[in-house]
Amino acid sequence: MSTPRPPLRRTLRRLPLNAAAALTVVICLFPVYWMVTTAFKPSTDIQSYDPRPVPRSWTLDHFRTAVGADGFALFWRNSILVTLSAVLLALLVALGAAYAVARMRWRGRRQFMLAVFVAQMAPWESLIIPVYIISRDTGMLDRLPTLTLIYFMITLPFTVVVLRGFIAGIPPELEEAAQVDGCTRAGAFRRVAFPLLAPGLMATSLFGFITAWNEFTYANFLIIKQQDSRTLPVWLSSFQSTFGTDWGATMAAATLFALPALIIFLALQRHVTAGLASGGVKG
Amino acid sequence: MPTVRERSVPRAAGRRRPPPTGRSGGRGGAGRGTLWPYLLIAPAVLGMLYLLLYPLARAVLISFQDFRLRQLILGDARFVGLRNYRTLLGDPGFWEVVRRTFVFMAVNVVAIMVLSTLVALMTERLGRAARTVVLSSLVLVWAVPVVAATTVFQWLFHSEFGIVNETLTGLGFESYEGYPWFAHGGAAFGIVVALIVWQSVPFAAITLYSALVTVPTELYESARMDGAGAARVFRSVTFPLIRPVFMLVLSLEVIWTFKAFVQIWVMTRGGPGEATTILPVYAVQTALAGQRYDLGSAASMLTVLLMSGVLVLYFRQLFRQEGEQP
Repeated sequence: MSTPRPPLRRTLRRLPLNAAAALTVVICLFPVYWMVTTAFKPSTDIQSYDPRPVPRSWTLDHFRTAVGADGFALFWRNSILVTLSAVLLALLVALGAAYAVARMRWRGRRQFMLAVFVAQMAPWESLIIPVYIISRDTGMLDRLPTLTLIYFMITLPFTVVVLRGFIAGIPPELEEAAQVDGCTRAGAFRRVAFPLLAPGLMATSLFGFITAWNEFTYANFLIIKQQDSRTLPVWLSSFQSTFGTDWGATMAAATLFALPALIIFLALQRHVTAGLASGGVKG
Repeated sequence: MPTVRERSVPRAAGRRRPPPTGRSGGRGGAGRGTLWPYLLIAPAVLGMLYLLLYPLARAVLISFQDFRLRQLILGDARFVGLRNYRTLLGDPGFWEVVRRTFVFMAVNVVAIMVLSTLVALMTERLGRAARTVVLSSLVLVWAVPVVAATTVFQWLFHSEFGIVNETLTGLGFESYEGYPWFAHGGAAFGIVVALIVWQSVPFAAITLYSALVTVPTELYESARMDGAGAARVFRSVTFPLIRPVFMLVLSLEVIWTFKAFVQIWVMTRGGPGEATTILPVYAVQTALAGQRYDLGSAASMLTVLLMSGVLVLYFRQLFRQEGEQP
């Protein structure tokens, strides 16, 4: 019985470390857990002075209230519409720019990339006033295309940077071979490089999707009178006028809103951590 | 919003990009003098010009004008030189907001950097299974939309049925029974900070962790053989090696302080009183609530000026790292 002792000592020595890890996980997960369980708890349990960590009974009432709330389907549709069109537009524009940067040599390439890096750090929080005034002057207030354009610009720099990395990672010899075989340059890119780019395009567009899906500020200040053009984040932020003090319904709404982002992120987790670890954008 | 944050991850983690194999030598017939590259970047450039540069220029313009509700409707703004800036800089209320912004920034950034460094160091030492669990929970937090997280924190700190008050009361702190967190300046400020830190640590921790795993273990071993303690190893071996990434994350967090606008606006609108009014909140309140678009723009431009100082540091760090690449 000499072997079990070192593992025991090792376990003891690692105890503080594992306790710290457990604490980290609890702090990370508790708010999310609380959001989801509140959404499933009966109202009597929510408004109780004796909260239980695990709900006694589960109910879907709050989700029914949230889904049945005024305009929920409409805001959901608006969010999807704005987000998808912004991401597609950004992808299209970024693909061209990224190809030019990664595969062609031209004067001003460095300057262009610098501009993209600066645009990536654009102080959007400080541009609310001029964007509001410009939209007002051009009759673009209260309209979804305005939001689409803004979200396009918010996601574009990131998309260019990442796609540039992906394209640079594909050996140009592949396309050259296709060109030798009689493809045009564009045809070679479409037939050879594009399929290899698919994972990159996927990851990039999902990140863009999340950014646009979550955006609150511009949706809040550019959609004012036309309530039908609101998006989900703004709707959720004004839950107090929608649900009053119905926290169950509010948490159900928050869960429904967070769900797409959570699913996408968890699906991408491998990319997130692996991509980070490899330090590249290889996906 | 935090999801914008992964933006610079690939760079921030920035080590080797795939070597630019075919780029050198201008192969592929991408000849000089063709218009193609310029046509390909034209939409992106137009977008940046119209959707970024133009609003910025417009904001600068408005900050030098007399621009209120009347001018918004009639469009007959006239130039008043530096009057708006003089008004702002002569207003003790504005300086109070600047001071609060710096306090907010300092508290947030220090908390985020300390906690995320600790989490990263911890994650590196964990076993395989535990590490996966920790990384997954970090990613999960990262994924929670800002507005959803803000709503959840409002519920956690709800005065009557919030779990925080219930727990504190249960632990014997009777004074927290029905404690209205959002009615007290200091408490509301604290909750906003807690929310921002909770949402920001995942990005910082994962980025730092990915820098940590690149430190060769031989270095630790030799340091330990030389008799260095854990703190000494961190100070003399680990930190110098992850310093570039650390500095990148630090400057990003400083810049991102201003993104707290969303959380603050949803949670407190800068209140109670002015307890959570930081610069971007102040600018929007002045412009949209007070109809003083001119003063609001001037405050925004001062914010941009403040930020660009940090931004320059960030880019220097970024390009120094880029330069190191093969």
